[in-house]
Amino acid sequence: MSACCSSTDNWPELERGYRAMLPEDILAFIDENRQMDRSESMLIATLHMIQGHYGHLGPGHLEAVAQLMQVPLAKVTGVATFYHYFRLQPRGKYLINVCLGTACYVKGAEKVAQKLMDELGIRYGETSKDGIFSLESTRCVGTCGLAPVIMIGDEVHGPLTPGQVPTLLDSYLARAAEDLAAASAPEAR
Amino acid sequence: MSRPVPDFYQSLTDLAGKAIKDRDLGNKITIQVGSATCEHAAGSQVIAEEFLRQIRASGRKDIVIHRTGCTGRCSREPIVSVQVPGRLPVKYERVNRDLVFRIFSEHIQGDAPVTKHILDRTSDVISERELMFCEGSRCRRPGPDFRARFIAMLKERAVGPEKVRVVASSCFGSCGVSGGKASTFILARPEKILYQISSEEDLTELLESHVLLGLPVERLKAKEEPIALEFLERYGDVAFFNHQSRIALRNAGVVDPESLEEYVALDGFKALSEALDRRDPDWIISELTKARLRGRGGGGFSTGTKWGLARKQADTTRFIICNGDEGDPGAFMDRSMLESDPFNIVEGMIIGGYAIGAQRGFFYIRAEYPLAIKRIQLAIDHCRAHGLLGKDIMGSGFDFDLEIRLGAGAFVCGEETALIRSIEGERGQPKVRPPYPTDRGLWGHPTCINNVETFANVSAILRYSGDWYARIGTERSGGTKVFALAGKVVHTGLVEVPLGTTLSKVVNDIGGGVSGGKQLKAIQTGGPAGGFIPASMQDMEVDFEPLQKAGSIMGSGGMIVLSEDDCMVDIAKFYMAFSQEESCGKCTPCREGTTRILEILERITLGKGQPEDLDKLHRLSRLCQRTSLCGLGRAAPNPVLSSIKHFRDEYLAHIHDKHCPAKKCVALIHYEIIAEKCIGCTVCARNCPVECISGARKEAHVIDQQACIKCGNCFDVCKFAAIDRV
Repeated sequence: MSACCSSTDNWPELERGYRAMLPEDILAFIDENRQMDRSESMLIATLHMIQGHYGHLGPGHLEAVAQLMQVPLAKVTGVATFYHYFRLQPRGKYLINVCLGTACYVKGAEKVAQKLMDELGIRYGETSKDGIFSLESTRCVGTCGLAPVIMIGDEVHGPLTPGQVPTLLDSYLARAAEDLAAASAPEAR
Repeated sequence: MSRPVPDFYQSLTDLAGKAIKDRDLGNKITIQVGSATCEHAAGSQVIAEEFLRQIRASGRKDIVIHRTGCTGRCSREPIVSVQVPGRLPVKYERVNRDLVFRIFSEHIQGDAPVTKHILDRTSDVISERELMFCEGSRCRRPGPDFRARFIAMLKERAVGPEKVRVVASSCFGSCGVSGGKASTFILARPEKILYQISSEEDLTELLESHVLLGLPVERLKAKEEPIALEFLERYGDVAFFNHQSRIALRNAGVVDPESLEEYVALDGFKALSEALDRRDPDWIISELTKARLRGRGGGGFSTGTKWGLARKQADTTRFIICNGDEGDPGAFMDRSMLESDPFNIVEGMIIGGYAIGAQRGFFYIRAEYPLAIKRIQLAIDHCRAHGLLGKDIMGSGFDFDLEIRLGAGAFVCGEETALIRSIEGERGQPKVRPPYPTDRGLWGHPTCINNVETFANVSAILRYSGDWYARIGTERSGGTKVFALAGKVVHTGLVEVPLGTTLSKVVNDIGGGVSGGKQLKAIQTGGPAGGFIPASMQDMEVDFEPLQKAGSIMGSGGMIVLSEDDCMVDIAKFYMAFSQEESCGKCTPCREGTTRILEILERITLGKGQPEDLDKLHRLSRLCQRTSLCGLGRAAPNPVLSSIKHFRDEYLAHIHDKHCPAKKCVALIHYEIIAEKCIGCTVCARNCPVECISGARKEAHVIDQQACIKCGNCFDVCKFAAIDRV
C-alpha cells in the first residue's frame, strides 16, 4: 500500500473530517502503525480500541478506519461482522454476558438466563428501556469452576442461582444511580 | 574465552536474589492470596484489601501479603495461605471478610489456626512437621513399603499427629536421579528437604534425628530437587493436589505472576540461558523429540518434529506463534497458565524462537481474557527491560521480540490457518493445508504455532532433560497433561496428571467423584470437537490414541463430568449448536452439514424424531467429517457420533417412545403434583410464572397441563417433593 493516501483532490478536507470522528489516542495508534510494514494487520487491534472507547462500532467509525488506514471499507466491514466480539449496535451501561459454555450449561445457565430475561424484560441482543443493561450470551468465559457464571461488565459472578439474580441486578442499579448522582452533583453546585 | 550468556544469567540471578533477600520473607509471616480471574470473581481482591487493613491496624511490620496466580482449585476459592516461618503453611478455603478477621486475630496474632475453615480439612490437628512419601506409580520400585513401615515406627514410639503427619504423594518427578537403588523419596516439610531412603536404617535415622530432634540428616539428602518442590511445599498436604504431577503448572499459585525476580529465583530463564549458551538450536529440538512432547492444543503432533520442519526451511524470515485462543467451552488451562505463570510461557516462546530461527513471535490471546493479556504484556515489558527480549538476548547475539495480537471471539481462529489470517488482520477463515504453516504460514513465511501448554513444558524439559520428561508419560507421549475438570464433579479445577493416568483417577480420586451423590454417566473430553466416554470405560488411560479409539479426542483438555441427570441427546445438541454457530461458512459441508445435523437433533429432542433419523445423522456426520475444509468441520460431528455409539438407547427412547430417560428434554416431560404429598403450602403456585397452578390453601394443588410452560420452577421450590417430573 502506498504511503500517500489518496488521489482525490479534497483528501485533506476528507481526512480532517475522518480524524474528527476518532479520539486522539486511536489516531496516534493508526498513524504509528502506518509507518510499519504490514500495517493492515493492525485492523483488528484498531477496532478493539474503538469498541473499548465507544462501546460499539458505528458505521462512521468503520468508514473512518477504512479511510485513515487505507483499507477497503468492505474489508473493514467484513472483519467487524465476522468476529462475535465486535458489536455494531450501541449497548447499555452494563453488558450482561451469560456464559453458555458446557460447564455452565450442565449446571443450569439457562435458568439463570431465563430469570435475567424475566427481570429485565429483554432477550439476548437487547437493551433494557432505561439503557442500563444489555443482555448477551457468550461462549465460555473460562471460569468453569464457578459455573454457572455471568459477566457484568468486566466482573464475573458465580456460581449463581436464579434466586440471586434480582439482588445482583439491584446492586448494579444502585451503582448506576450513584454514578448518575456523582455526574450531576457538580452541575448542581 | 568469555561466555557472555552465563555471565548475563549470573547477573540476572544476583539481581533477583538481592530483590528477594531485601524482602526478607524468611523472617516474616506471609499471607498468600490468589489473584487470577476465578479468584477475583470469588472476591480475592476484597480479601487482600481486608488483610492489608488488618496489618496496618495492627502496626506489625513482619507480616506481608504475597500475590500469586491460580492454583487451579476453583471450587474452593478464594484460598488464603498463611505461612509462619518454620511452620507448615495453613490454607483456608472460601475465605470471606469475617473469616479474614478471625484468621488475623486468632491465627496470626494468637497463633491458633482457625481449623474449621482449613482447605479440605481432614483433621483438626495442626502438625509440626510433615513427611511426604513419593509414591509415583511409574517409577515405584519393588521393595519394602517404607511408608507403612514408618507409620508402624511412629506407632511403636507413640509419636502422635501433632508431631508429624505422613502423606502419600504422586510422582515428584525426581525419578531419573535415584540411580537404580530401591529407594523412596521423602519430602520433609516445612524444612523443604528431599531425602532419599533406601533402607530401614535410613528410615530410623530420619525419625530419630529429623522428626524427634529437628536435626536434618545430611547423609540422606537427595542430590536433585524435584521440579515442583515449591508447589509441593505449599500445597502438598491437600489430596486434590498431591495426586497430581505438576510440571506445566509447577509455578501456578507459587510465584507472583507480575514479578520477574520471583520467577528467576525459581530457576526461571535457566533453560533459556543454557540453550543460548550452547549455541545449538538442534540440541533443543532433539531434547523435545526425546521428551516425546506432543502438541497440547489437541492435535498431538510432535513438537520436536514441528520445530525441526520449520528450522529446515530455506526462507529465513520465520515466525513463532503461541495459540492462546482457548475457545473450547469448558477449558480454561491456557488462561490459568497465562495469568499465573506468564514468564514461563514467554521463556518457552523465546526458546522456541531460537530453536526455529525466528525473529518475531506473537501471542494470539482471546479478547475475553483481559487479565491474561495484561499479565503477558507486563511479562514482555519486564523481559525487554532486562535484556531477555529485543536485540542481543542475554548477550548471545540472538535478536527476537514478542507482541500480543488479540482474538475477537471467533472459535475457528483456534485452527492454525484461520489464526494466521486473523493475525494478518483478515476474517479468520481457514485455508487448505498443505502447505502447512511450517512451510508457508504468516505472510507466506515458515511459522510454528504451538499451544500455551506446550510452551509451558519447554523450559522444564530443557532443565531436566528430554529423557526425564518422556519417563513421566506413556510409550507414545511423554509428560503430563493439564485437564480442566468441570461439570457435575465435587472438586472443579485444574488437574495436571501424567499421560496414561486413568480417567477414573482424575474424576474420582482428584475430582472427588460426581457431585450430589449421583451416578457418573459419561465424561466428555475435547470440547465440541470431542466425544463422550461412558462411565463403563472410566478405567481407560488418558492418552491421545486411546481417547481417539473411543470416539473422542484429547483436545485442549476440557473434561466435563456428566451425571445421570444429563441427557446425552441434549448435550450432543448443545455441542452441535456451538459448532453450527461457530462455523465460519467458507466450506459447504461444515456450514450446511452442521445446520442440518442440528435440525435433526432438535427434532429428536422435541419428540418429533423419525425412525430414519439415526441413519441420516450417521450419513451426514460422516460426510461432514470427510469433506470439510478444516478441523472444525471435520471434528464437529464427533459428539453426535460418539453419543450414538455409546448411548444409542437414549436416542431410540427419544425417537420411538417419545421419552427422555434423563428427564431433561422439556418437550418430552411434564410436571404433576402428587396429591398425597402436597400439603397446600401454595409456594409452587406463587412461583409459577404463568399462574397455571390452582388450589386452595392446605389442599392439594393441580397443574393445568395446557397452560404449563414446563419451566420447572415448582419442582425446584417444592420442599415436600410433592411434584413429580414424568
